[in-house]
Amino acid sequence: MKYRSVFDIIGPVMIGPSSSHTAGAARIGLVARQLFEKKPTWAAFHLYGSFAKTYQGHGTDVALVGGILGFETDDQRMTESFQHAKDNGLSFTFHEEEAQLDHPNTVRIRMGDGKDEMELVGVSIGGGKVEVKELNGFDLRLSGNHPAILVVHDDRYGTIASVATKLAQSEINIGHMEVSRKEQGKEALMVIEVDQNIDIQTMKELSKLEHVKKVTKIHE
Amino acid sequence: MFRNVEELVQMCEDQQLPISEIMIQQEMSVHGRSRDEIISQMERNLGVMERAANRGIVEQVRSVSGLTGGDGKKLNEYMQLNDTLSGHVMLDAVSKAMATNEVNAAMGTICATPTAGSAGVVPGTLFAMKEKLNPTHEQMIRYLFVSGAFGFVIANNASISGAAGGCQAEVGSATGMAAAAIVEMAGGTPKQSAQAMAIALKNMLGLVCDPVAGLVEVPCVKRNAFGASNALVAADLALAGIESRIPCDEVIDAMYRIGETMPSTLRETGEGGLAATPTGKRYKEQIFGASSK
Repeated sequence: MKYRSVFDIIGPVMIGPSSSHTAGAARIGLVARQLFEKKPTWAAFHLYGSFAKTYQGHGTDVALVGGILGFETDDQRMTESFQHAKDNGLSFTFHEEEAQLDHPNTVRIRMGDGKDEMELVGVSIGGGKVEVKELNGFDLRLSGNHPAILVVHDDRYGTIASVATKLAQSEINIGHMEVSRKEQGKEALMVIEVDQNIDIQTMKELSKLEHVKKVTKIHE
Repeated sequence: MFRNVEELVQMCEDQQLPISEIMIQQEMSVHGRSRDEIISQMERNLGVMERAANRGIVEQVRSVSGLTGGDGKKLNEYMQLNDTLSGHVMLDAVSKAMATNEVNAAMGTICATPTAGSAGVVPGTLFAMKEKLNPTHEQMIRYLFVSGAFGFVIANNASISGAAGGCQAEVGSATGMAAAAIVEMAGGTPKQSAQAMAIALKNMLGLVCDPVAGLVEVPCVKRNAFGASNALVAADLALAGIESRIPCDEVIDAMYRIGETMPSTLRETGEGGLAATPTGKRYKEQIFGASSK
């Protein structure tokens, strides 16, 4: 079941005018920002389907930029996000794509800071709820509704078990977990949705495990 | 967890509990949260709804494009001064539904119910019922849990996205949710709530999403008006004991399949329907300039 809470239906509290095009877009931007973990200096938004056709009217552009700046859906600064971007040294571009994807409200965000780059595909599925479908070429399914950690690792036996064991030692319960890889034996990604926020110590210990390359977390 | 309306009604009958209580208990068990936390979150949402509806009734709100604003206020003033044709309760709901959506179009703060484009229907009917039925604060909160329970079923079995299913998925869902909630507040049974939802949604089937200039304004604000009035009529029908020949879950399924076969020009792309009329296109040019596609 895609929707699990009554507050997915009665909510979110948000700045208008569209839950899918404004609040959903802001949430995708916010997840991207959390995954990038620092202030980006540039972002390129590739819009598909209804996003591409109506993004200006719905404030999708304003909301995506607001999300990248770290604004929540009900942040009063949202309507002035372009100005805030300018003040924060963030440049951005929008690209209307013609391709038809599975879901009509899709955005591909490419962002970076001159040192690192990241690419993410997000979908706004309705009522402000979102899913992340792709991260740096990995397929995944991440709702952004629960705290989650993403672990980039080498595709070797035992790595998944060692991460799960570490979480168990820290008494963190796994709600949903997915593993994907681009090629056998190469780089792989674990997406782990958990019930509670993960402390810095556990994050550090996870990143020190053998074959683990990078650990990122996002929270509600 | 209930997966459909039939299961929801069955749980109510087995446990002798109202729909709102089943929804509250499910939220507690699925998310491991206390009753107090859940109730206070819903109270905050109710507060946002109240502020938005009042603002739209009192203030002359205006959207950035200038296409909408002030009609909720205008209708409210008309009601105060005239012996209206459709009656005070009906127009109270309608004016507050429009007012909420005008605030939304003006990039004001609202609570999505289930979406922003359809955010007027549930609060509009709720605040009209507040005057008509004089509910307790708790009953007002429960109204939102009943709405949420039915929206939850629609979202999981069909869609609440105009881009995926057209306006029937947004205002259609909202009107069904509101109809069911009115019934519980008015003292009807869970089964009657389900009937009201079915009757309300049936009369929104096929409704397309065709926003002029791609804005959540025309025809969205007035569709919220009719979503609210439709909910009131459906609730009265159900309370009178009138039943939908097609069960609620099958109506939801029909809505889903209609959405699937709806052309993309009529699913929030702003390319068909009212958006494609000569006047609709002219507004788009005025707002975004002649260069806009």
